Amino acid sequence: MKFTRRIKRTRSGQFELRLSPEERDVLRGLPAQMRDALELGKDDPAVARLNPSACLDDAEIDAEFHRLMDDDLNAGRLEALAVFEKTVDAPKLDGEEALAWMRAVNDVRLLLGTRLGVGEDPSERQVAVDDPRAPGFALYDYLSLLTQELVEALDT
Amino acid sequence: MTVTPVEVEEPTSEDVSVPDRPWVVIVWNDPINLMSYVTYVFQKLFGYSRDKATKLMLDVHHKGKAVVSSGPREQAELDVFRLHEHGLWATMQHD
Repeated sequence: MKFTRRIKRTRSGQFELRLSPEERDVLRGLPAQMRDALELGKDDPAVARLNPSACLDDAEIDAEFHRLMDDDLNAGRLEALAVFEKTVDAPKLDGEEALAWMRAVNDVRLLLGTRLGVGEDPSERQVAVDDPRAPGFALYDYLSLLTQELVEALDT
Repeated sequence: MTVTPVEVEEPTSEDVSVPDRPWVVIVWNDPINLMSYVTYVFQKLFGYSRDKATKLMLDVHHKGKAVVSSGPREQAELDVFRLHEHGLWATMQHD
């Protein structure tokens, strides 16, 4: 059986997106959910995962790092998300857009994975269909696949 | 006084032009970031070869952490920032 890639780098250096309408529907909903989550700020443990400690042995240096960097970090994150949102129905991406997709999709994975408490073992996510975590795990695994394909396409 | 260097690498010619390297940047293992993603980020941010990036990624994966860069404080802060931008958990500390 031939494995069909969702994301294929073309000879002209673009990235062809071969995503089903169902996949596009799922992806289209992500930016709004992500922005809502980010607005919770760092009191939310999953948001805190996106802005982690920068220095473990010096609280002052860590605080200064966050004071200087957090705004830029969040702005960059929202920018990648905006590029993703703008191109979510596009047939092709350029290199910069593909990198923005990689970042945006991975940010959603980090947030979702932290909320779901995922571990390294994928078999932990094979739960019964009526398990309340099942939809989240399915989305997480799909986004992992998409990240993998983005990396493979970018890294060729 | 006895000086017992622990895990000190022999300086290479690359180090000669940078005499002052007081900070190291460490990336910590996490269960979410994909191995291929981490390898790609190391190549992209630091210009490392695929082999070097893969070795660092495997160190993170198996040992729980790896030193990915070193330099003056400003450089370490920038590296930590760029790693956080890509969702990796990086910290800096005095070497």
